[in-house]
Amino acid sequence: MSDSASTSLATAETQNGAAEAIHIEDLHKKFGQLHVLKGVSLSARDGDVVAIIGGSGSGKSTLLRCINCLENPTSGIIRVNGEEIKLKADSHGHTVPADRRQIERIRSKLGMVFQNFNLWSHMTLLENVIEVPVHVLGIKRDAAVATAEALLDRVGLADKRDVYPAFMSGGQQQRGAIARALAIQPRVMLFDEPTSALDPELVGEVLKVIGDLAEEGRTMILVTHEMKFAREVATHVVYLYNGLVEEEGPPEQIFGAPKSDRLKQFISNIH
Amino acid sequence: MQIAVGAFGFGLLIGTGGAYGKLYGGPVVRDLLEVYTTIVRAVPELVLILLLYFAGTDLINRVLEAMGYARIDVNGLVAGIWVLAFVQGAYATEVIRGAILSVPAGQIEAARAYGMSPGMMLRRITLPAMLPFAIPGLANLWLIATKDTALLAIVGFSELTQETRTAAGQTKAYFTFFMAAGALYLALTLVSNVIIGRIERWSRRGMPSVAGGAQ
Ligand SMILES: Nc1ncnc2c1ncn2[C@@H]1O[C@H](COP(=O)(O)OP(=O)(O)OP(=O)(O)O)[C@@H](O)[C@H]1O
Ligand SMILES: [Mg+2]
Repeated sequence: MSDSASTSLATAETQNGAAEAIHIEDLHKKFGQLHVLKGVSLSARDGDVVAIIGGSGSGKSTLLRCINCLENPTSGIIRVNGEEIKLKADSHGHTVPADRRQIERIRSKLGMVFQNFNLWSHMTLLENVIEVPVHVLGIKRDAAVATAEALLDRVGLADKRDVYPAFMSGGQQQRGAIARALAIQPRVMLFDEPTSALDPELVGEVLKVIGDLAEEGRTMILVTHEMKFAREVATHVVYLYNGLVEEEGPPEQIFGAPKSDRLKQFISNIH
Repeated sequence: MQIAVGAFGFGLLIGTGGAYGKLYGGPVVRDLLEVYTTIVRAVPELVLILLLYFAGTDLINRVLEAMGYARIDVNGLVAGIWVLAFVQGAYATEVIRGAILSVPAGQIEAARAYGMSPGMMLRRITLPAMLPFAIPGLANLWLIATKDTALLAIVGFSELTQETRTAAGQTKAYFTFFMAAGALYLALTLVSNVIIGRIERWSRRGMPSVAGGAQ
């Protein structure tokens, strides 16, 4: 945790003994004229919990979505699991994935949890959790069901296995969505403001599940507005401002002794 | 009946393809589909049927002749199915396109985020998720398909109305026979409604009912 080398150009090989799970270098993203990411670098080694914080519109979601190519970066390097995402320019000059199969393979190793849960509404909770293991990863149904039941038990939803998402509370849906992400045995979990759409009284139950995952050493990248939570679980905090990393470091430093004025102000506004 | 089922079935296929083309196709595909759905939906069905049936069979024969083959007699059943399917496909395209747009974008995004290929996404997520939104519109199309078979009578194809006319003409009991024909169409509709109701309930299994009280 003492390293602040996450922006260095170190390769995917080991550093502090842990392999690099995510490596992002000089990432740019434009939506038309709007330059949203202006050269962001970031890295997460196995076991890291990287919290991304920043004001609304600073590009946090865009950064996270570029990692699994839900948004195509305009330029830059993204390596997942040591494998660099191959990009090419299409006929309109947009950057697009060069190899669909590669993207699908990489995506199936990243467990994404969305702000709005996005469980599939025509499937029961259990069906949601086994969908990707069975149909994308080719795991036997019996085995997938057994895994799914254990995961649902873990997030406290064992009794909801045959319930459709629309009949569950937001907190239950989000815990279910976390179980769906865990079911693919992801190398990295990606969270985009997992509690922002929840009623205040439901936030705790979801944070508890995420906190447990952090404790057991899961690699996670977490976009959040929950500063107290970020401080507790993160091993590394990145403060994004206007499409650039304004400041980053261990949570004690970012929250305890911020250097940049913007970060100071951001933190004081939150409290 | 065969015509209605066939036409509706092929219409659904055309509609699904058409909806996808309209939503995700290139500009050329989209424009072509726009022309297709606009024209078919603007022109009265009877005119289309006459046009497609006679012009269509004529065209096929001309092509065949030009290629040095003998003229063929187009099977009335097959022609009827294709003509109606062509018409139904245009309406189905719009119904399904609307239904796909009603699927919350997040659910499709989740499928992408978990590495589903486009084909799997269509089969596993988009189609089943859009079904509840499409069923009412498709149900209407089915009922229209059953009744459009009557229009085919004009092109000399025997269906219920035509049979009735023949029977009535022979016995002069017009009223009785047309009542019977009407009753048969009505029965078909009622049976259809029951089946459609079942399908709709099944497709909406993941949705809380609006009329109060969950499942
Ligand atoms: N698909 C898109 N098309 C055009 N502009 C977009 C798109 N997605 C995001 N943007 C713009 O990019 C900027 C950054 O958006 P982003 O969602 O990454 O911000 P954020 O940091 O996640 O904010 P928030 O805290 O509100 O979620 C915003 O100005 C947003 O309007
Ligand atoms: Mg966001």
